[in-house]
Amino acid sequence: MENRIALELKNISKHFGKIQANKNVSLDVREGEILSLLGENGSGKTTLMNMISGIYYPDEGEIFVRGEKANITSPKSAFSYRIGMIHQHFKLVETFTAAENIILGTAEKYDLKYVNSRVSEIAAKYGFDINPKKMIHEMSVSEKQTVEIIKVIYRGADILILDEPTAVLTPQEIEKLFTILRNMKNDGKSIIIITHKLNEVLAISDRVSILRKGEYVGTVNTSETNEKELTEMMVGAKINLEINRVKIEKKNPLLEIRDLTILKDDGSIAIDKVSFYIRSGEILGVAGITGCGQKELCEAIAGLHKITSGSIVHGGESIVGMSSKDIIRKGISMSFIPEDRLGMGLAPSFSITDNMMLKTYGEGKTPFVDRNSARERAKALIEKLGIVTPSTETPVRRLSGGNVQKVLVGREIESGPNVIITAYPVRGLDINSSYQIYDILNEQKAKGTGILFVGEDLDVMLALCDKIMVLCHGKMMGIVNADHVTKEELGLMMTGAVNLNEEQKDKNFGIARDSQLTPEQWAEEEKKAGKENR
Amino acid sequence: MIGSFNLVGLIVDAIAIGTVYLLGCIGETLTEKAGNLNLGIPGIMCCGALGGGFGIWLCSDKCTDLAASPAYMYVLVSILCSMLFAAAAGLIYALFTVTLKANQSVVGLVLTTFGIGVFRFFAKKINKDIIFSGAHYYFKNLFGYEGDNIFGKIFLSHGILVYLAIIIAICAAFLLNKTKVGLNLRAVGENPATADAVGLNVSAYKYAFILIGSSISGLGGLYYVMDKSDGTNFTEAAIDSFGWMAVALVIATMWKPLVSIFGSILFGAFYVMPAYLPLSRNMNKLFAIAPYVITVVVLIVIRFMNQKNNQPPASLGLSYFREER
Repeated sequence: MENRIALELKNISKHFGKIQANKNVSLDVREGEILSLLGENGSGKTTLMNMISGIYYPDEGEIFVRGEKANITSPKSAFSYRIGMIHQHFKLVETFTAAENIILGTAEKYDLKYVNSRVSEIAAKYGFDINPKKMIHEMSVSEKQTVEIIKVIYRGADILILDEPTAVLTPQEIEKLFTILRNMKNDGKSIIIITHKLNEVLAISDRVSILRKGEYVGTVNTSETNEKELTEMMVGAKINLEINRVKIEKKNPLLEIRDLTILKDDGSIAIDKVSFYIRSGEILGVAGITGCGQKELCEAIAGLHKITSGSIVHGGESIVGMSSKDIIRKGISMSFIPEDRLGMGLAPSFSITDNMMLKTYGEGKTPFVDRNSARERAKALIEKLGIVTPSTETPVRRLSGGNVQKVLVGREIESGPNVIITAYPVRGLDINSSYQIYDILNEQKAKGTGILFVGEDLDVMLALCDKIMVLCHGKMMGIVNADHVTKEELGLMMTGAVNLNEEQKDKNFGIARDSQLTPEQWAEEEKKAGKENR
Repeated sequence: MIGSFNLVGLIVDAIAIGTVYLLGCIGETLTEKAGNLNLGIPGIMCCGALGGGFGIWLCSDKCTDLAASPAYMYVLVSILCSMLFAAAAGLIYALFTVTLKANQSVVGLVLTTFGIGVFRFFAKKINKDIIFSGAHYYFKNLFGYEGDNIFGKIFLSHGILVYLAIIIAICAAFLLNKTKVGLNLRAVGENPATADAVGLNVSAYKYAFILIGSSISGLGGLYYVMDKSDGTNFTEAAIDSFGWMAVALVIATMWKPLVSIFGSILFGAFYVMPAYLPLSRNMNKLFAIAPYVITVVVLIVIRFMNQKNNQPPASLGLSYFREER
C-alpha cells in the first residue's frame, strides 16, 4: 500500500555564517507514516525541521507539500500548509491554562467552553489525557508536551514534527506517547520524529532518514534494518569511535561523599542520600536523564548550593559550609556547561584574558588588575588547546561553541586542580572538538586528578570513564565498573527499572574501603552535619 | 469643620488626585503587559499635558469669538491632541526599544527627562492660552453638581476625565481578561518566542500597546493641568512625581486595572491626608512616603506568595530577538 507523499524536501541547504548546517538534504514523508530523522548532536536535524516549520528559511532547495511547491516563510505560513512542530523546549505561556495556550494565535473566538469541548474531543480521539483548564506551570513535563501536541492538532496540522519528544519522558510516558503517535498515524497523519535513540527509532517508525554532519545519508525501511547498520550510517562508515582510556594506578579516595541530600530551589528533593567517592587518577561518570539532580550535585560540591544533610570530605577534611572561594583554593574546580552553553563559568562579553582572571583576581597584591600575566596565560591556553580566536581580547561570546567550551575547560585545568567536576563538557560540540576535550580530561587524569564527569552520551561514558554512577530522580541506582556494564543495563538503571543499590545492599556502593577517615571520624562528621541542619 | 474629620471631603479629594495616578497606571499596565517597562511615564504625561495645551491654542486660535466655539470642542480637541502628543512620545520609546532593541530602562529615563524639559519650555505659553480661553472650566464638574448630598459629592462632583479614567480602566480590564486581543497581548509579554511561534506579530503588538498605553498615560498629565490645578498652578516637577507614583501603582495593584481604580484612590488619600489631619509638618511627610512603602510591601508579599498570576509579565524589560541561537 503506497500512500500519497505528504511532504517532500529537495536539495535543501542552509548555513549560519561559515557553518554549514544542512547540505543538499532530500527526503520525503508519506501520509499515514512515521518517519524517524536520525543523526548525532549537531547533525542538522533540528535546523532542517525548523525550515519546514518556518522558523528559518532555506538558502537553497525546495519544499513540496502534498505535491505542490510550498513557500514557508513563517510559523504562520507553515500552519497554513497544515504543518505543525512540537519543539524540544516547549513554547507555552506558563501563566495561561492549556486551553488558552491552545487557541493562542488562532483566528477563533475567545470562547473557552467551545475550546474545552473540542480539546476533549481530540483527546478522546487519539487517547490523550488532559485537563484543558489546568495552568501550564502546574503541569508535569509530559502534560506540557501533550498540550503542545494538541495545540498543533487543534490547528488542523496533519504533518507533525516532534523534536526529541522522548528526551524528558519516563519509559511509561514514552510508551503512552508512542501509542498516541500510532493512533495519529492510523488516522492518516504524517509524523516526523527527531531522535538519536536507536531503540525508539526501531520501535516507532516506518522508515528512517539519516543525517550526518548536515548531509543526507539515506533512508531505509525500519523493518529491513538494525541498530548496527543505523549506527554506521549515523556516524559514518566504519568510523571507530575509540576513546583511549588511560590506565592509572589507583590511589586514595580524593573526594568522598556520604548520604548527601540536596533540595532544589523549589523545595523538592534533587539528590537523595547519595554516597560516592572519587580516587585520584580516576574518572567517575554520572549518568542519568537530564534534570535528575546532576546540576545540584555539581553545585553542592563547588559550594554554590546548600546541602540539607550528609557530608562532603575532601582529602580528609569536610568542605561542607565552606565558601566557594575556599573550595577553589583547595583545588576543586567545576565547569558546568548548561544548555545555553554560556550561562555558567564564563562572562560572555568579557575577553578570554578577562575570563582567565575571573578566578584569580583575588590573588594580586596591588588593588590594580594585572592584565598582562592573564594575557600571557590566555595566549598559552590558546596555543595549547588550539582555540580559534582572532585575539586574546575577543569577547568570548563571539567564539564558536567548541572554542568557548575549550576556554572554560582550559581555564579550570590551568589552575592545577586536584578534582575536576565537569558537566556536559561536549554539549553541542562536533566530533573533533569533543575528542579534544576528552583528550584534555585524560591528560588530567594521567596527572592524578580526580574527575567527576556528568555526561549525556552513554557510549562516550562507557569508553571514557572508569566507573559510572547512575542517578534516577536524585537517587543513586548503583556505581558500576565501565568495563563490566552494557548500555542497556545503564539505561535500565537510569529509568529506575534496575536498582543495584537496593538489590545488592551488601556491596556498600559508594563507600570506599580505604577511606581517609576512620569510621569514628565519619560518625562525628555525620553528627556535625546533623546539627548544622537542625 | 474644625475638630471633626471630614471623610467625604477626603474621599472626593482622593478620587481627584487618584485620577492622575490611575490614568498613568492604566497606560503603563497595558505597556508592561506587552513586556515593555516604560519608565518614560512622567515624560509622557508631560507631553500629554503639552498636547492638551496645544489643543486649546488650536481652538482659541481658530475661533476668535469665544462664544462661537462650544465647550465640548475645547474638551474634545484638547483630549485628542493630548493623546496624540503622548503617543508621539510613546513612538520614540517604541522605536528605540522594539525596533532597535535598546535597553528599556535607559530609553524610558531619557524620555522622562526629555518630556519634562519640553514641558518646562512651553509651560508659560500653555498657562496663558488656558487662562485666556477659560477652557479649564469645561473640564471641571461634568454634571455641574453643587449640592451637599454625600452621594452627589462623591460620585457626581468630578470633571469629565475622572469618569473617563474609570471607564478606561474597566475597558482595559475587559480587554486583558476577556478578549482574544488581551490573550495575545499577555502572551507577547509573558513569552514572546511562544507568541511568535504561533504566528502572532510580536512587534506589532508591542508597538500598538506602547502607543495606546502612552496616550492613556498622557491624559493623566492633561487632567492634572486642566482639572486638578485649574489650568494655572501646575509645575513639571509635580507631573514628574505623579508619574513615578503611577509606575509604583502598577506594581502595587499587581497589573490589574480594576484593582488600580481602588489603589489610585488609596494613593490619592495618602496625598491629601495631611490637609485633613491636624498634624505637624514632619508628620505630614510620613503620608508622602506611604504609597512607596505599600508598593514595597506588596512586592515582598507577592514574591513570598509566589503565585504565578500575580507576578509581573515574565519577559518584562527584555528585548525580543527572534533568530538568537
